[in-house]
Amino acid sequence: MTDTANRAYGNSEKIAASLAARHRSEKWFRGIGFAAIVAALGFLAFMILSIGSTGYKAFQQTYVQLEINFDADVIDPEGTRDPAVLSRANYQGLVRKALRDMFPDVKSRRDRRSLNDTVSSVGQFELMDMVLADPSLIGTTRTVWLTASDDFDMAMKGSIPLDVPQDERRISDKQISWLDKLNSEGRLESRFNSRFFTSGDSREPEQAGILAALVGTGFSLLVCFAFAFPVGVLSAVYLEMFAPRNRISDIIEININNLAAVPSIVFGLLGLAMLLGVFGMPRSSPLVGGMVLALMTLPTIIVAARASLKAVPPSLRDAALGLGASEMQAVFHHVVPSALPGMLTGAIIGMAQALGETAPLLMIGMVAFIVDIPGSVLEPATALPVQIFLWADSTERGFAEKTAAAILVLLGFLVVMNLVAIILRKKFEQRW
Amino acid sequence: MNTLARASFIGTSRARRVQKNIERAAMAVLILCATVAILTTIGIVFSLLFESLRFFSQVPITDFLFGLNWSPQTAMRSDQVGASGSFGAVPLLAGTFLISAIAMTVAVPFGLLSAIYLSEYASRRARDILKPLLEILAGIPTVVYGFFAALVVAPMIRDAGSGVGLDISSESALAAGAVMGIMIIPFISSLSDDALAAVPDSLRQAGYGLGATQAETIRQVILPAALPGISGGILLAMSRAVGETMIVVMAAGLAANLTANPLAAVTTVTAQIVALLTGDQEFDSAKTLSAFALGLLLFLITLVFNVAALRIVRKYRQQYD
Repeated sequence: MTDTANRAYGNSEKIAASLAARHRSEKWFRGIGFAAIVAALGFLAFMILSIGSTGYKAFQQTYVQLEINFDADVIDPEGTRDPAVLSRANYQGLVRKALRDMFPDVKSRRDRRSLNDTVSSVGQFELMDMVLADPSLIGTTRTVWLTASDDFDMAMKGSIPLDVPQDERRISDKQISWLDKLNSEGRLESRFNSRFFTSGDSREPEQAGILAALVGTGFSLLVCFAFAFPVGVLSAVYLEMFAPRNRISDIIEININNLAAVPSIVFGLLGLAMLLGVFGMPRSSPLVGGMVLALMTLPTIIVAARASLKAVPPSLRDAALGLGASEMQAVFHHVVPSALPGMLTGAIIGMAQALGETAPLLMIGMVAFIVDIPGSVLEPATALPVQIFLWADSTERGFAEKTAAAILVLLGFLVVMNLVAIILRKKFEQRW
Repeated sequence: MNTLARASFIGTSRARRVQKNIERAAMAVLILCATVAILTTIGIVFSLLFESLRFFSQVPITDFLFGLNWSPQTAMRSDQVGASGSFGAVPLLAGTFLISAIAMTVAVPFGLLSAIYLSEYASRRARDILKPLLEILAGIPTVVYGFFAALVVAPMIRDAGSGVGLDISSESALAAGAVMGIMIIPFISSLSDDALAAVPDSLRQAGYGLGATQAETIRQVILPAALPGISGGILLAMSRAVGETMIVVMAAGLAANLTANPLAAVTTVTAQIVALLTGDQEFDSAKTLSAFALGLLLFLITLVFNVAALRIVRKYRQQYD
């Protein structure tokens, strides 16, 4: 008896002695948990900041001011003012002449060529558009702003380090001296890069834009929604409202859960073998891309739709049935409309996932180099995430900036879609 | 019964018949929609199986499953030397699991500790803010992670390595795996969170009642009780890592090395499928068909993970309900 009491006393002493250590370990454990969250969020912040700090520069583009002599002898020697003649003229020559006049001491062929590299090759088309819009320019000398080439743009933005030896950078010492001269004369200006949002892909970074990819994504998502939303909602209605509880509906349920976890690239293989191989649908088209995305988002939509159907109280259905409505009428006139906002929310979240999907689109050939804006769901197209993938592969410095900017646009769309889903849910959420 | 009433009665019975037919058709449409999901699975299995069988008629299945050498280049001309290409999938599987393992070493501790903090320690308000923030990580498209891994993380790891005299490939498994791990954190944390929340409060109270601190209760009572659910979540995350494509395509490269060194360049099943099927391809060539065999392999591996995970999670749920 005394022995036990002694032991107990000894234990409690031991416990009291260890208490400080145990409390320390408690604090540690809690701290580590918090640190894990902070680290994960810190990484998120680091990623977004590093992409943002590269990407925001692509929304600006450097322009060069030149005195262009719209020489009638070059543009329209016969004086016909025929648009066909005007659009065939040698505008490149006008740009070169303006540059030569501005830097008369540049003599050698090589230097002249590198001087011509100041202005982007799109400059001639900018001049052509001006002349076509206003033929009275011909014969006058005007001050115009032309798009600077990628290398000059990068140098202006400080993305090319200028303190390394000449042969380790893309821009020569001479070009830097011209850049400085132009800059000191106020002939360089940074403006909003509207071309980034209004043109398709290009081999030249300063001319590349995301519009073609955006339109391709838009078409794909349209097809995806048109297919996945009705099918998803109707199968949810069947599974939740009508399906008998038996083996078959069990199998469907397990199947949907498994489908949600199938790697996205496998859906791409399905599209390649079935939609392109067996049904012969047009390769690279948003139609096929949209259908593949639809099959992928189907599980998400079904699960969300079932949850919102489940949230509608059975009394609603019972009341309709009691008033003589048929099963179908009760479900489609009363239950489904009440569940619709929840279903739409689920669909938007599914679309947001589909928006970022890249791998399945690679499989069905939506990786083409697309300059023209696609006009229908049957034309070859690419998608915004695929465009990001393609640009990320390019070695030119200018494309790194464009890639990051395209990512910012993509993330912007994702944020907007998720916000819409949240607002929709808040606004139409019904408490029964 | 007057004639008018009879006429209206006949009218409604006809209307009812029409209504019934419409409803029968509507039911058929509903059932059809519900089978789309099943048809998709069947379509996946058949298209993968069919193309794979054609591949295995050209390349023996044992060569594919046990071959140690992957170089799918086929000949331009039929008389070219060394033209047959070799299709041993072992290096690809090894690379896939190496990268997945790196991803899991990052994701499991971070995800699990976050889940523990969120479900056991955080106040309701902190939880409502932190949880959606963490979930943003899962909402960011994988192509963004790929870009980040290739352009920021890989050079960073390479420079850090050369700083201490290590020669690290700029397409190292480490960069791809680490970034993938961060992407997977929210999967682990939200599934573990569910598992922890499902542990009945009585267990927690019993722990405190015996004089254990909160950390001790979590480590010795709650975690063991939630272990099946957590391991189910880890399996699901693993399946996700194995099937992840864009990060490895952009950051891991295409060198089929059979190595366990995380600093070397490896390639994965998914990266090879993309490499085989983008760009010019002739149908029927062993090179193109091998992509489907890889796809089948990938599908089966992830299926095993998913089924096992769902089983574990389901079985565990029944325990406490």
